[in-house]
Amino acid sequence: MTGPTADTAAPTAVPAVRLPRRRGTELALLGLAVLLPVYGYCAVGLAKSGSVPPGAVGYGAGLGALALLAHLAVRFRAPYADPLLLPIAVLLNGIGLVLIYRLDLETPADRAAPTQLVWSTLGVGLFIGVVVVLRDHRVLQRYAYLSVAGALVLLMAPIFFPAVNGAKIWIRLGGFSIQPGEFAKVLLAVFFASYLAANRNALAYTGRRIWKLQLPTGRVLGPIVAIWLFSVGVLVLERDLGTSLLFFGLFVILLYVATGRTGWVAVGLLLAALGAFAVGSLEPHVHSRIEDWLHPFASIDAGQGPGQLAQSLFAFSAGGMLGTGLGLGHSILIGFAAKSDFILATAGEELGLTGLSAIILLYGLLVERGFRAGLALREPFGRLLSMGLASIVALQVFVIAGGVTGLIPLTGMAMPFLAQGGSSLVTNWIIVALLIRISDSARSQYDGTAPP
Amino acid sequence: MTSCIRRAAIVCALLLVALLVNATRIQVFQAGSYDDNPANRRQAIARYSQARGDILVGGAPVTSSEDTGEQLRFERRYRDGPLYAPVTGFASQAYGTSLLENTEDEILAGTDPLLGPVPGWNDLTRDRSPGGRVVTTINAAAQQAAFQGLGTRKGAVAAIEPATGRILALVSTPSYDPGRLSGNDASVKEAWTQLNADPEKPLLNRAIHQTYPPGSTFKVVTAAAALEEGAVGDVDRPTDSPDPYRLPGSEAQLSNEVNGCEDASVRYAFEWSCNTVFAKLGVETGLDAMAGMAQRLGFNEGRLTIPLPVSASNFDTRMDDAQLALSSVGQFDTRATPLQMAMVAAAVANGGSVKSPRLVDRTTTDGGATVRTAGVRTLRQAMSQSTAMRLRELMTGAVEEGTGKNAAIPGATVGGKTGTAQHGVGNTGTPYAWFISWAQADGALEPAVAVAVVVEDAAADRADISGGGSAAPIAKAVMKAALNLPAAPRSDPRRDASAKPSPASPPGNRWPARRQ
Repeated sequence: MTGPTADTAAPTAVPAVRLPRRRGTELALLGLAVLLPVYGYCAVGLAKSGSVPPGAVGYGAGLGALALLAHLAVRFRAPYADPLLLPIAVLLNGIGLVLIYRLDLETPADRAAPTQLVWSTLGVGLFIGVVVVLRDHRVLQRYAYLSVAGALVLLMAPIFFPAVNGAKIWIRLGGFSIQPGEFAKVLLAVFFASYLAANRNALAYTGRRIWKLQLPTGRVLGPIVAIWLFSVGVLVLERDLGTSLLFFGLFVILLYVATGRTGWVAVGLLLAALGAFAVGSLEPHVHSRIEDWLHPFASIDAGQGPGQLAQSLFAFSAGGMLGTGLGLGHSILIGFAAKSDFILATAGEELGLTGLSAIILLYGLLVERGFRAGLALREPFGRLLSMGLASIVALQVFVIAGGVTGLIPLTGMAMPFLAQGGSSLVTNWIIVALLIRISDSARSQYDGTAPP
Repeated sequence: MTSCIRRAAIVCALLLVALLVNATRIQVFQAGSYDDNPANRRQAIARYSQARGDILVGGAPVTSSEDTGEQLRFERRYRDGPLYAPVTGFASQAYGTSLLENTEDEILAGTDPLLGPVPGWNDLTRDRSPGGRVVTTINAAAQQAAFQGLGTRKGAVAAIEPATGRILALVSTPSYDPGRLSGNDASVKEAWTQLNADPEKPLLNRAIHQTYPPGSTFKVVTAAAALEEGAVGDVDRPTDSPDPYRLPGSEAQLSNEVNGCEDASVRYAFEWSCNTVFAKLGVETGLDAMAGMAQRLGFNEGRLTIPLPVSASNFDTRMDDAQLALSSVGQFDTRATPLQMAMVAAAVANGGSVKSPRLVDRTTTDGGATVRTAGVRTLRQAMSQSTAMRLRELMTGAVEEGTGKNAAIPGATVGGKTGTAQHGVGNTGTPYAWFISWAQADGALEPAVAVAVVVEDAAADRADISGGGSAAPIAKAVMKAALNLPAAPRSDPRRDASAKPSPASPPGNRWPARRQ
């Protein structure tokens, strides 16, 4: 497709085939990604009070300025980056702000949107920081063991703080509460990618063979299993099952991709099933979640009114195909965590199956772009890192969206970019920044053989 | 490694597809059952999110809606709640709806598809039309007269416009204020419990949902069957009737409360309510003719709706002669709702033609555009014109000469029939005093009102005259109100128009009817 330009190019040192940078496409999509949430913001105001909210212009300008800054950072420091990643992130973040603002109108005493806006700014700031400071993602490979140490510290820290809502995953500092486990996800992905990239041959081809299973030597596998077990153990102790499920899935996927051994997937699934059964039957907190999942309407039959999951299902069903329209649903009936874990129910009710599918497809596109960046790269660390980061998003979306729609037992987790929660938002912006960086390397090194 | 990445990507894609499939399952396929789950408050929130349409009597709403600002926003309010409770029923956030609030709920709640600009429009836009209006046929003055006439006594009144079937009054006492049941708080629950536990049954609409033994008022039906069947040739010829009358095939004797019934003429027996004459007449007419006449007048019909469902009145179709004799004077298993007896009087007044009684004149949008109108519908011709004429004479005689003198109205022709019914084991229950009648203003072309009154009257002794004593004055007040006679009766042909209650027309009703 770039043949003619390549033929007429001046005989300089540039490679024979140059991919288009697509920064103009990104800017155009960003415009759309800013306008859609501004429209949603106005729609909420029109539905609730019959007038455009007074802050609409400021809100649009603020979001637009953030998007523009992020775009400039990408344009100058990662010019070959995938043009879809940033607009998707801005759009999802904007939709999240609209949904939270919309729910704030039902709870005048508890306003979350302003805080979320501050966190969004911080997230975009970190995004810009990562894009500007990190010139090459391979630098991260050097900090593998520092990453894992940091991840473990972050994971253990909340144990020393009081539990909030049955889970010990928060650190309360002043008015802010931080979920360190969210940051640990990125660090663990870096560690897994780096370690597996370095030892993948040893994992795949050495060790003894038992029946059809090729087991690697303990020297190679030992550290990674130990660290994984430790992190999962910490999470079970903290009662944050969503994140432990996420780590587990991440570990299995990366191990499989690194070694190409299907046996790992089988062992992983077996371990997961055993772990899930043990935790499900021993841990009362988890056991009740499973009961809720199996019988979402049990509390109605018992005369205690609908539980959270039942209310969430009611909200989704009320949305139907086209939704009630922004501001016209009653997802606030879910009550506690309506703006965080259950934010998707508001999207489902007010935007309908159509809007919900669009949001899930946006996530799908984000994940797909992450995988594509990995495929285009030649070196294993970058491949595994982009795979890992994309898988984190995919797994997280599946765990929480599946939870609130009754597909799997509900585990407390934040919908990436949409849900109220600063730590999660900032982490996801870092993930997108790393994917931008990796896709930039992938596409700028494109040699015309592998698919971009 | 590349193929492994592709496989991992496929797994991630499958996870997202699973989410989409599951979302479709919930939002499309199971949405109906989730939406209808009683624990899901959305339907209630939507239902009470707008003002409920009003029910109109005589052009003025007797209901209103109050914005409470709660989650279920609008609550029903009633003007003259106890007076109109047998018409409106209640619309409660906690206990559902009854009577017109129930049968016309789609119009009042704005969910009737015909209220939308285009049928099906609201389903598409998820909108709800503003609540429509229900215009009743009730005549406010007649309703008020009936309610005041009954006062603190237990009873019911039903009044009909004979030529059209329009129900002019529908009263049941003791009544209740339906506004007490509107909300959903503790006081509503208390009121509900108390009203349901009340031995006086204030929630019962006696005019259409309670059947009573009609007593001597049923003699109108017996006389109609006998005249129609030719069992009576000349109403003034003495009948061959013993007093007391021994019931056929039994030793039981039937006696009278009045003198002069032995061999009395049918006219005398009707005017003074001789049981013996009519019991014998019923047997002579025969079961088939008697049952046929009763059924043509509306007995044994369980599906009548006005649009409120009306309880079936009963006249047995299989019995022996002794039972037929008792049934012919409105005893044994014969039972009738007050509305049914009003229909009997109306049929006589209307030349034998039974019009389908109806309570709703039309329904309109909140702007006043007609959604549906109810036309006059003839149920059947119960008797010939000539039989009806002769019965009118008999009934007029009963008011002018006989037991119903209390119902006479200067300036109008009134025909009526009294009745008293004993009930309970050994007739120990409080007797029911009955009066059914019709009235035609002088100079009018046709009778404008037929009415049935039943009063549970402790003072009613076995004298048949008690129907004339306690029930007839109520019927008279209702008829006077319905005839709308001027203070000084004049012979004015235009009075007929004013005698009929004018159809209620809300202000702003300037649109032509859109649909039938």
